[in-house]
Amino acid sequence: MGRYLLRRTFVLALSLIAAGLVLFVLLRLLPGDPSAALLSVGADEAQIAAAREQVGSDLPIWMQLGKFLSDLARFDLGKSFVSGAPVLPEIMTRLSVTLPLTVASFLLAIVIAVPLGIVSALRADRWYGGLLSAVSQLGIAVPVFWIGILLIWIVAVKFRLLPASGFPMKGWEDAAGAFRALILPVVTIALVMSASLMRYVRSATFDVLGADYLRNARALGASFPQALIRHGIRNGAVPVISILGIELASTLLGAVVVERVFALPGLGSMLLLGIQQRDYPTVQGVLLVSTLMVLLIGFLADVIQRLIDPRLRETVAGR
Amino acid sequence: MKKTTLWIGAILVGINVVIALLTLVWLPYDPTAMSGGRLAAPSWAHWAGTDRLGRDYFTQVMIGARIALTVGVGAALLGGLIGTTLGVLAAFAQRGFDDALAATLDILIAFPTLLLAMLVVAASDGASLGTAILAIGIAMSAIIARLVRILTKRVLAQDYITAARCSGLGWGRIVLVHVLPNIAPTVLVAIALQFGLAVIAEASLSYLGLGAPPPNASWGQLLQSAQSTVFNAPIGVIAPGLALMALVLGINFLADGLRDLLDPERGAA
Repeated sequence: MGRYLLRRTFVLALSLIAAGLVLFVLLRLLPGDPSAALLSVGADEAQIAAAREQVGSDLPIWMQLGKFLSDLARFDLGKSFVSGAPVLPEIMTRLSVTLPLTVASFLLAIVIAVPLGIVSALRADRWYGGLLSAVSQLGIAVPVFWIGILLIWIVAVKFRLLPASGFPMKGWEDAAGAFRALILPVVTIALVMSASLMRYVRSATFDVLGADYLRNARALGASFPQALIRHGIRNGAVPVISILGIELASTLLGAVVVERVFALPGLGSMLLLGIQQRDYPTVQGVLLVSTLMVLLIGFLADVIQRLIDPRLRETVAGR
Repeated sequence: MKKTTLWIGAILVGINVVIALLTLVWLPYDPTAMSGGRLAAPSWAHWAGTDRLGRDYFTQVMIGARIALTVGVGAALLGGLIGTTLGVLAAFAQRGFDDALAATLDILIAFPTLLLAMLVVAASDGASLGTAILAIGIAMSAIIARLVRILTKRVLAQDYITAARCSGLGWGRIVLVHVLPNIAPTVLVAIALQFGLAVIAEASLSYLGLGAPPPNASWGQLLQSAQSTVFNAPIGVIAPGLALMALVLGINFLADGLRDLLDPERGAA
């Protein structure tokens, strides 16, 4: 396990560097000069040259790359072209909205999807088993923002139970307000996420039910629930955890849509604004931090799988 | 039971296709002209009411079906083409290149389609139908490429490939005659499932204001502008959402049905 961790950490670091390079190249492929964000229409030559110098796009590409890497090594993500504020502190502020939103939705989705998914497989022949799998079919066919809008309409506009959108100006200092602002978005993401999660849990449960080890455990005298808990969950969890990792990563990055629906000042809306304003440092910074988190989640998912299933530890990393 | 899924899917998708084709030759109202009061409730004259400018809403939802299908089909074709080509090439490539490509694909797949699509839209000069197709197609191709790479490697390890090589068949012919026909069923089903996701991704892009501009208003854009008037005219958020759900549900059912039909081994599991 120790050697595996070392090896996997090395792969993690390599992937991060590779992702940074890919991002650098991608953003330089964008048409137009990044300095355009600083200039007004009809700027003269001198103004353009000054803006290019300020942004650094007058340097040759290899010097830009060198600066990019050395800044990165010092955790300096640069300053926004639009507001002039450093990017990293802004990302941290935004994360105080996006992280609780993502983690709470993720946990709620697990709480909903795991029991319902198991039930829908165990009771596939009953009406409610069928109903559950039909509902999850519907759930994967709708965009998350539609559920959000419907919830706003019913819960916030019709019954006025919760705020329709926005986040308190003071952030988490107004804890009650922040909490209330996040309830609807969390429920929205959790509902849509649990629909797809339920399908994976359901098929993992079917696999477990047909497995020899479950029949053997029953033959050795374990009751059905005992066999399921001692052997089924441990075995069934392995494929589900890698799906969970992917789901968590895509929720984190997909928060952009839900943040727009509920007008939340999170990482996603920062990225959207950055894209609309062609604010390179902002887009680059948000994507770098998101990539880091996605890679970390993948890392954790791999390690947890190995902890649960000793058989995986024998195989070579990543293959 | 299995056949029912295929049929329900075919009917739901069929209705959408017919409506999309119909909008090319006939529309109930001029989509840009005022034809009733503002935010009118549904009536016989206006099945889904009118929008805040008094334009017939049902007409706009009908046009949305055309946009959704255009982008969905375009992205599925593009993603399928790029993905299959990359996947086959990776399966044949030298170890180093293959490993690098596999790792890159894994990173790309970790990012949701929508995020990659946002970047492609950002990289192009303005949002249009073309950028939406390109964006979603490119994002999709990573998923298809990974699948094709694995499937192709599996086929290439078979004895009949060795036999074909011994009888003097070139690699190009082997790909055409042996590899592609063998992997086609699984890849087609995967593309069909991606098609449904592409429709959702397109709606999300245009909800964020990164999709095709009006008059090519898609369901996502209709939902975005109807959100602020949901209190007065809830039909504005219900109609496009239901249409979208019907189409994606239809596509998913069609994909499931196809899998049972084309790929009995996986379908039975």
